[in-house]
Amino acid sequence: MAAISRALNAPTVVEPTEAGRGLWSWISVVDHKRIAHLYFMASGLFFLMAGIEALLMRVQLFAPNGHFVSAELFNQLFTMHGTTMIFLAVMPLFIGFFNAVVPLMIGARDVAYPRLNALSFWLFLAGALFLNSSWFLGGAPDAGWFNYAPINTSTYNPGPGIDFYAIGLQIAGIGTLMTGVNFLVTILNLRAPGMSLMRMPLFVWTVLVTSVLIILAFPPLTVNLFLLMFDRILGTQFFATAAGGQPLLWSNLFWVFGHPEVYILILPTFGIVSEVVATFSRKPLFGYSTMVLATVAIGFLSFMVWVHHMFTLGFGPWVNSIFALTSMIIAVPTGVKIFNWLATMWGGHVRFAMPMWWVVAFILTFTVGGMSGVMLAMAPADLQFNNSYFVVAHFHYVMIGGSLFGIIAGLYYWFPKICGRLMSERLGKWSFWFTVVGFNVTFFPMHFLGLIGMPRRIYTYAPGLGFTTWNEVSTVGAFILGVGVLLLAINVVVSAVAGRVASADPWDARTLEWAIPSPVPPYNFADIPLVRGRDALWVEKTHGDGRMLPAPAAHDGHAPPGTVHMPRPTALPALLAASVLALGYAMLYRSVWAAVAAGAVAVYAIHRSMFTPDPGEFMRVLSEPGELAAQGGAH
Amino acid sequence: MALLSAFALTGCAAAPESVLNPAGPVAQMQLSYMYLSFWIMAAIFLVVAGVLVVAVIRFRERRGQERELPPQVEGNTALEVVWTIVPILLLAILGVVTVAGSFTLARLAPSSRALVVQVTGHQYWWAYTYPSLGITTANDLHIPVGEKVDLELTSKDVMHAFWVPRLGGKTDLVPGRTNYMWIEADRPGVYTGQCAEFCGTGHADMRLVVEAQTPAQFQAWVQSMKHPSSVPASGLARQGYLDFKTAGCFACHAIAGTPYQGVVGPNLTNLAQRPMIAGNILRNTPANLAAWLRNPPGVKPGALMPNLHLSPSQVRALVAYLESLH
Ligand code: HEC
Ligand SMILES: [Cu+2]
Repeated sequence: MAAISRALNAPTVVEPTEAGRGLWSWISVVDHKRIAHLYFMASGLFFLMAGIEALLMRVQLFAPNGHFVSAELFNQLFTMHGTTMIFLAVMPLFIGFFNAVVPLMIGARDVAYPRLNALSFWLFLAGALFLNSSWFLGGAPDAGWFNYAPINTSTYNPGPGIDFYAIGLQIAGIGTLMTGVNFLVTILNLRAPGMSLMRMPLFVWTVLVTSVLIILAFPPLTVNLFLLMFDRILGTQFFATAAGGQPLLWSNLFWVFGHPEVYILILPTFGIVSEVVATFSRKPLFGYSTMVLATVAIGFLSFMVWVHHMFTLGFGPWVNSIFALTSMIIAVPTGVKIFNWLATMWGGHVRFAMPMWWVVAFILTFTVGGMSGVMLAMAPADLQFNNSYFVVAHFHYVMIGGSLFGIIAGLYYWFPKICGRLMSERLGKWSFWFTVVGFNVTFFPMHFLGLIGMPRRIYTYAPGLGFTTWNEVSTVGAFILGVGVLLLAINVVVSAVAGRVASADPWDARTLEWAIPSPVPPYNFADIPLVRGRDALWVEKTHGDGRMLPAPAAHDGHAPPGTVHMPRPTALPALLAASVLALGYAMLYRSVWAAVAAGAVAVYAIHRSMFTPDPGEFMRVLSEPGELAAQGGAH
Repeated sequence: MALLSAFALTGCAAAPESVLNPAGPVAQMQLSYMYLSFWIMAAIFLVVAGVLVVAVIRFRERRGQERELPPQVEGNTALEVVWTIVPILLLAILGVVTVAGSFTLARLAPSSRALVVQVTGHQYWWAYTYPSLGITTANDLHIPVGEKVDLELTSKDVMHAFWVPRLGGKTDLVPGRTNYMWIEADRPGVYTGQCAEFCGTGHADMRLVVEAQTPAQFQAWVQSMKHPSSVPASGLARQGYLDFKTAGCFACHAIAGTPYQGVVGPNLTNLAQRPMIAGNILRNTPANLAAWLRNPPGVKPGALMPNLHLSPSQVRALVAYLESLH
């Protein structure tokens, strides 16, 4: 029966328990929740790799005139550490959360374009693998994560490293761009009946704004990478000064992308913190409308400040003044957020489970990072700070103390929803103290190092400059931090297998995702819920019987009773990404024939995806909420 | 945070390149900006941290509260206006200062009659030309104290940045473009720093030395540069002078007063007067000079002076010659 209707390209009826078994089910995955798993696993691994790169650098810098690694290797390490953390670890970790919870929070069955979503993941993975294969294929990129011109041109960098950077980020970046489009459309179009924009959970708002930032910020990067590839492969001269090229063209295009990028990396954390703070204070988020406004304002302003990365590049006092002022203004909406979180806790009954611990740590460390950020915005003073360890301290306070602490809070918070089990609080506390203490011991002294004249990106330093002590402290801190992260990884693995089984709503939370079973069945909501207010589930808890009312059935008219119409799994996105990966290597080795062959496969995959309609499948709805977990789960 | 200021007071002596120990008006002004913003920020931080600590202590859920809900406050417009306006006012202070400072540090008017030095970055060394004095040197910048010195910065290859923290913040050297900054030293002394824009393998070894001298000393130095030592007539130094040609050094190096006029590497006029060599990472001693000549990339990874496989006698002669360049 199933085989026949498959052949006829008509929907089949499938059991939810059938979904998600075996390797092929992962390759052909289209379910946003399982794509989230893939994002978490892949970016978690890249996170650990980048962490190891950091530890190697810290060992090298432990003592003056260090010889643990060579200058050449050190330059590759800091380049790959930064590039990996930003593009292959922190951003995809966030995208993991987008996938894991956004459709649930808005009461949708999936994202708007499930296939495109799979393609996004596979392109990210392809780009990431491509970039990291450089370690074995002639050397990793070594010009820093912002890869300034002209040291990134073949004249000064003839090896393949920069090609890996340009092609790898291009591939991964296209995937990210599609993620932006997908979530923008999903959030605008797939909200459950009753969920107006101003009823969306704040996390969804931050994802919405982040998606817009992705859509607007990645094209300049794409263009920049293309120009660089033209220079390196075709011999054009966009960045080479000898022929009238403009190194500052790269710098500007890069930071036009790069500054919004750092907000892409922090806005979702603001969303996570907002959810956690409200849930655990047992109060609504203080000043919801202001928080929405602040999010939008930050997103808007993030495009107006890019020159503050380049105050030393000599654009003159007018340009520097204007961009210094816009950079300072961005502190206002950010400050409003911090005060509103504090006000949410104020007068509440704050429950201290792990997510809340991390939010408290986040507020403190992120504030430190924000403060040093304002100091950096003072252009004349920044001439001293720029490219010094003070900046390294600043952005680690923002990226770790900000983005990452938020990610960890979100992990503890949503883990039960994602895996159906709670993470261990005991192990969690150990990990918390190691991470927070290690983090501050590592990075606080870097403020001092910058102030006493240590520039970033030096593979070693002379004795007698006063750098030694603080570098020693920092290295010790890095290993403490490493233990904390390792404990977190252990906690994730152990809890996923043997953690306490979670109920649908273990935190007594407020938003829609907690109205459905943990782990979530493939179709998310048996009935699309009716949203009757902000904090949709909380409204039902306080004004209803605690359960969501079903929305008047409008969709799925053609699905047999007791089933839900779902997209059918397909491996076409994975095939397309694989062919793009092959195309990348063809470009790297300048092989026209291989490029044509890979391109042909890509065209085939695109053609198939576009012109073969997906009949989907009818998935039977489980009668008992616990049925899925009892039968072994979908994950 | 309090740590930071305690550190600022005590940490300078051991740190010769400390921003916190300015030796000229530019660095002084920048430091005052740092303190201003630091204290404002520290105050805000204390407020945030204080409120947070109180909230954590006072409003944590107590036994018996599990079933009751706190008042479901949704916001308070007056409060929110306060914590929007107050930061704006504080930032306005910083903003005004910032704009004023940016213009103070801008390019000096050409009429200022400041001493102009053209600085050219190279992988991994610095070339200095004093157009009004007709002097070219490398790696060892001499300036008179108490005078604004106008630096015109550019690069021969990739980007670099000129950063001598005690004299002022950094400015990048961008190929194909001239940037400007000015520095001034209050008192005589040797001020060091290093390249602060990643420029390749030798980036960490591209260090800076600025010798600030009294006007009289500076004039003496100018004279010595204008009238360099004569070509040695005899002895080992004479042999070195000849080897400088046969070994190929002249193709890259210039020495005023000789026919050697290479421009690929640092100008070596009066080399013996310089405190440091090899991009200012080694003391200028005969032993270090010999080690450098035997294998430059071995001494300084990435150095663009090749290993010329000189014989020991060539090295000895060349060292003798270079040591004679006063
Ligand atoms: C191919 C060009 C080239 C040749 C040939 C060459 N040099 Fe160099 N030399 C350089 C460069 C480039 C540097 C700067 C290296 C650095 O600091 O990164 C340098 C640096 C030096 C320095 C140090 C200068 C300072 O102030 O730091 C000395 C001394 C020197 N060379 C002497 C010699 C002698 C003697 C010879 C001949 C045996 C020679 N060089 C041949 C290119 C060359
Ligand atoms: Cu440099």
